Amino acid sequence: MISSLNISVEAGEILAVVGASGSGKSLLAHAILGILPSNAKVSGTIKFNGEILTSARQEALRGREIALVPQSVNYLDPLMRVGKQVRTSVKKGNEAKAQREVFERYRLKSDVDKMYPFQLSGGMARRTLLSTAMVSGARVIIADEPTPGLDPAVINEALNHFRDVADNGNAVMLITHDIESALKIADKIAVLYAGSTVEVAPANNFTGNGEKLRHPYSKGLWRALPQNEFIPIPGSQPHPSTLPSGCLFEPRCVKATLECTKAQPVMRELRNGIVRCIHAT
Amino acid sequence: MQLEAKNIGFRYDNGPWLFQGINFILKPREIVGLTGVSGRGKTTFCKILAGLEKPVEGSITLNRKELHRNGYHPVQLIYQNPEKAVNPRWKMEKILNEGWKPDEELLTSLGIEKEWLMRWPNELSGGELQRFCVARALGPNTRFLIADEMTTMLDAITQAQIWQAVLEIFKKREMGIVVVSHEAKLIQRLCHRVIEINSL
Repeated sequence: MISSLNISVEAGEILAVVGASGSGKSLLAHAILGILPSNAKVSGTIKFNGEILTSARQEALRGREIALVPQSVNYLDPLMRVGKQVRTSVKKGNEAKAQREVFERYRLKSDVDKMYPFQLSGGMARRTLLSTAMVSGARVIIADEPTPGLDPAVINEALNHFRDVADNGNAVMLITHDIESALKIADKIAVLYAGSTVEVAPANNFTGNGEKLRHPYSKGLWRALPQNEFIPIPGSQPHPSTLPSGCLFEPRCVKATLECTKAQPVMRELRNGIVRCIHAT
Repeated sequence: MQLEAKNIGFRYDNGPWLFQGINFILKPREIVGLTGVSGRGKTTFCKILAGLEKPVEGSITLNRKELHRNGYHPVQLIYQNPEKAVNPRWKMEKILNEGWKPDEELLTSLGIEKEWLMRWPNELSGGELQRFCVARALGPNTRFLIADEMTTMLDAITQAQIWQAVLEIFKKREMGIVVVSHEAKLIQRLCHRVIEINSL
């Protein structure tokens, strides 16, 4: 379940979306693309270029203007050779050339073009998924955990590629739990907790002991990294069926007061970012 | 008490050797990192250490004795994907208590909520499930723990929670731990020494 979620990404920009597993990161991606399951209930609006995305618009833009790098490698067509899958995603220009170029970039040799998904390793399948989105010419790329199982050299190549795509005037939303990778390329970072945004901060705020961050959960997430303090916040994210009535983070928050239990705080601007916490300074 | 792998070799049928001639000793009070490019057999080696896979060549001994095949195994393995390591048709309480009955203190330190015990595995997130997998592997007779990408799929807070709980038990019980991970910062934080599977 996601609720009270506000997020925006501009042309030329990379927005990283981080947060706990089960915080609704993939749901957000699927909501933007309009590929949620039929029993999903959705409220609120999503706009693209100022225009509201209706399901008809989503269908028209999907794969053309907005492309997804899905989280699961099961999204490849099991019966189509992977070279062809990438070529069918090319909307403009020479398909074969675009496909070979992107495979070269991700170190997939020419014999991979003719392989079926079952013949690929996990890392190769993920590079194929990345390729389909990268050749699409879409103006918005939403990448849902694109890096697990890739070795460091390929991760860097993929991250640089996202940066190039953004620098060419497109928007990238990078959904990941790998904050370290996100920081290498992202302009801003949105932090999700229990299905809602708690903070959107410039990437360079993730530094030191997290003193530049605004929300107690973002600070905790940063401090828990092994290269920082490696000290966790106790407790766990609430289940969607038992969400607190006030601030969703209140039960785990050391700064919580009685007021925090009364209503969910609204998002407010603070120091060049936004935060959902009444005590944040 | 030491866990020793002597001259281990493994391959499928008559295929190429995945690895051969691997020697490795793990002692109590020691945390060893295991790294290497994917596809070189780190997971297979872990399974061999934990007695879940038989080596084609060589032997695994605990205190210079062959490991027995039945009863509670003193070497416990934790996998990367907890959803593949639990019985989807059992409720969490039964999964948790299959090998031993973890006490309240352990459940608290791992952040396992009472209310989760009555749920089915598909009603919990990966991070929640992994806590159960860790709890059930930390029985009183566990001497060595093999953590194969144990927290790779989890967020930083859940990762730190699980590791802090494991480290506490590691100190109390004088266990030995193998950590498999691609994350250099995690290995640096946890391990006393690091080996690359290619150079074993």
